[in-house]
Amino acid sequence: MIGIEHYLVVSSILFVLGVLGIFLNRKNVIIILMAIELILLSVNINFVAFSAFLGDLVGQVFAMFVLTVAAGEAAIGLAILVIYFRGRGTIAVDDVNRMKG
Amino acid sequence: MIQVIAFYLFATLCIFSGAVTILARNPVHSVLWLILAFFNAAGLMVLVGAEFIAMLLVIVYVGAVAVLFLFVVMMLDIDFAELRAGFIKNFPLGLALALVLFVELFIGLVVHGAGGVQLGKASGAAAQAADMSNIQAIGALLYSKYLFLFEAAGLVLLVAMIGAIVLTHRERSGTKGQNIAKQNARRPQDATINMQPETGKGVQL
Repeated sequence: MIGIEHYLVVSSILFVLGVLGIFLNRKNVIIILMAIELILLSVNINFVAFSAFLGDLVGQVFAMFVLTVAAGEAAIGLAILVIYFRGRGTIAVDDVNRMKG
Repeated sequence: MIQVIAFYLFATLCIFSGAVTILARNPVHSVLWLILAFFNAAGLMVLVGAEFIAMLLVIVYVGAVAVLFLFVVMMLDIDFAELRAGFIKNFPLGLALALVLFVELFIGLVVHGAGGVQLGKASGAAAQAADMSNIQAIGALLYSKYLFLFEAAGLVLLVAMIGAIVLTHRERSGTKGQNIAKQNARRPQDATINMQPETGKGVQL
């Protein structure tokens, strides 16, 4: 039978994949943002699994708020990406040192 | 039995598409695999009876966020091959760190399975009533006890929307915008003149 442990294993693997994605694609902001989305997705799976197995709906309500913040974060992140690309013509993050004095 | 098969199907596909998302060469493929990962996570959530969050995931993530990603990836003209430099160099260290992280998480899980840390019992105040569907129960909770948090979530979205518009808006020269103050300051007597010129004579403006 499927228990909460199965869900936690899936969500921890997804979390680790997200962290690994940030490491591997250190130059490509778009992939980094997608990896952050993966991490937030794994957190959401965790919330929903605990909510379902403990019989308490608060976890699902909280997962909704996580979803809201993730949507806002993606919108702002991509907007910053667009203006950064407009100014520099590239999105490589390892030379983001324009603000350096 | 069918639940077990469905769980393993969704879980395997979710993890596989998550892995391809971070490994794919082409960011457009990455976004498409990310969409598949979201779909399968929504399937996992449906399996435990959280239909509302699952549908929200499909609508918000696949419908809005992933399409936004796709839009930006396709709009920007980027040399992605150049951005992949360092991928191989970072691979061993990243993999080692990811393994350490996963083993730690797994140890936590094993401890949880052994009944290690005592979790607080759910009070039952937010339990799903037997005669209510998932969406009804969430709605009843969200619009009563968590109303202010719900409003705050709306504010977060509003700020994100205004922020994205302000960030990407730019004044371009050569476009003819509307100058409302100038329009309002214009009086009829300045704008029109009544004249009766003689025949054969022009009008001096």
